[in-house]
Amino acid sequence: MINDDKIIKNDERAIFALRALYRQYGYSQFKMSRFEEYDLYVKNKDFLVSDEVITFTDRSGKLMALKPDVTLSIIKNTVDRQGEKQKLYYNENVYRVAKGTHSFKEIMQAGLECVGDLHSYDIAEVVLLAVKSLALINNKYVLDISHMGLIAAMLDDSGLSHDGKASAHACLHQKNAHELRDICTKEEIAPEKTDKLCALIENSGNIVAVLSSIAPLLTTEDEKTAFAEFASLCKIIEISGFSKAVRVDFSVGNDMKYYSGVVFKGYIEGIPASILSGGQYDRLLKKMGRKSNAIGFALYLDLLERMETTEESYDIDTVLIHEADADTVLLAQAAEKLSEKGSVLISSNVPEQVKWRRLMKFTDGRIETLENND
Amino acid sequence: MKTMINVALPKGRLGEKVYRYFKNAGYECPSIEETNRKLIFENPDKGVRYFWVKPSDVPIYVERGAADIGVAGKDILLEYEPDVYELLDLNMGKCRMAVAAKKDFRDSKGTTLRVATKFPNIAGNFYAEKCRDIDIIKLNGSIEIAPILELSDVIVDIVETGTTLKENDLEVVETIVPISARLIANKSGYKFKNEEILNIRKSLEEQVRLQG
Repeated sequence: MINDDKIIKNDERAIFALRALYRQYGYSQFKMSRFEEYDLYVKNKDFLVSDEVITFTDRSGKLMALKPDVTLSIIKNTVDRQGEKQKLYYNENVYRVAKGTHSFKEIMQAGLECVGDLHSYDIAEVVLLAVKSLALINNKYVLDISHMGLIAAMLDDSGLSHDGKASAHACLHQKNAHELRDICTKEEIAPEKTDKLCALIENSGNIVAVLSSIAPLLTTEDEKTAFAEFASLCKIIEISGFSKAVRVDFSVGNDMKYYSGVVFKGYIEGIPASILSGGQYDRLLKKMGRKSNAIGFALYLDLLERMETTEESYDIDTVLIHEADADTVLLAQAAEKLSEKGSVLISSNVPEQVKWRRLMKFTDGRIETLENND
Repeated sequence: MKTMINVALPKGRLGEKVYRYFKNAGYECPSIEETNRKLIFENPDKGVRYFWVKPSDVPIYVERGAADIGVAGKDILLEYEPDVYELLDLNMGKCRMAVAAKKDFRDSKGTTLRVATKFPNIAGNFYAEKCRDIDIIKLNGSIEIAPILELSDVIVDIVETGTTLKENDLEVVETIVPISARLIANKSGYKFKNEEILNIRKSLEEQVRLQG
């Protein structure tokens, strides 16, 4: 097996490692077509990261799309039966508009989905696999976790209007406590209820510390039920030895129309955006008329390009130039010998676009060094 | 070695005022006060590296991780919607985003409203909430001239004192949102330089409180 850091790129190495990890936990690969009927995305537009999709009409007249998302295709292909569950992983390219531009970008995405009649163990397993996925890529990582059920219950208890709740949720997402207070003041929310919401911004980090700060604030049954579910998941994370890498952060939030339980985002030092995103999205399935539960996550492997690597100073170790009438057999022998010490480019003239370590010349079976950049 | 925090400051008067807050909060960098054309200044002892950038570029530097934190006006944050944390209202550079029109303007609501603005996203979102059909005219400056020359019915722009509006026979029709400078942070940087960023936030919050 090729195991050379110079040859295998970060994203390629990650794909191999992740595949092995997911197989170890009983996940099987789901290989899908590049195209999907556009209709699938129109019905669930808000679930997509970006709502712009590349479309075309196929030969039968159907409007098709180049996949902007993998999850919807997987769900469409799973069975919805009591007692059944499917554990699938994938490694696919998706096509989305890059933020701040008007052009589409091909994004390499890996991830997994666990869909069906799920036990709380399945939920915990997926969250732990998210942590382990990050650990496989780099040892400097953080997984932020939150619980949409708990956030929704706390927003319900606040007494904010429908629009107020949406604005407050946006503030949570940005850790924007000053505007959250302004919203509550405008809607004449009681100071203790405002403080309770702001506690979701002010408390983040260590699992035990955050949970013990939030617990005494909860009053309604919905809050307590969601908290108990979240706390038991956090307990499993602690027992599994990941309490340092996993932090509670209520700014992690996805669309409440689709996400109902745990949600999480993963970060790797040196990469400016979250590289992993996932959560429990039972509400999407309900919207699609299914009874199943579902949880999954995606890793955006294109971002691994930003991860620090030892940049090569040269394109090639040796450039060996030769006369047009050089003896082919002798030249092949010289190339073989030089290749034992590094990469070699054989050329009849000095290449212009290549940065070399050594420039050598082959004349009558002899090799002489013309330039040495060591 | 001390962890360095990269800070993107908006060039201009607001940026200078923001730097004074950082300085008073204990994050001084003497080289920034020297008169020269340098753009990057650092004080390794305090663990800070400042750089001046165009105000509207601050969120881009922060979102893409070239800066861990930065200071940007709320107008720019609302317009570009960067994926960053908004940690503190610095309570400076205060003004408002408003709809303004000629003094005799009456919105008949029977026709498409022509809106001239430098902030098409803010204007678009504001009128979308009202279900009002508008035609956005994106301009890059001298917005006040648009209604006078009948290029637009109204403008959506930043209003500080209202003097420019008054001198051009315009008036504020409606305030969209109050604006001030905000401390923003890169989401990933916030995870890995958490203690340092929280310390800066706390010290700046104290400065905001002292300034009243």
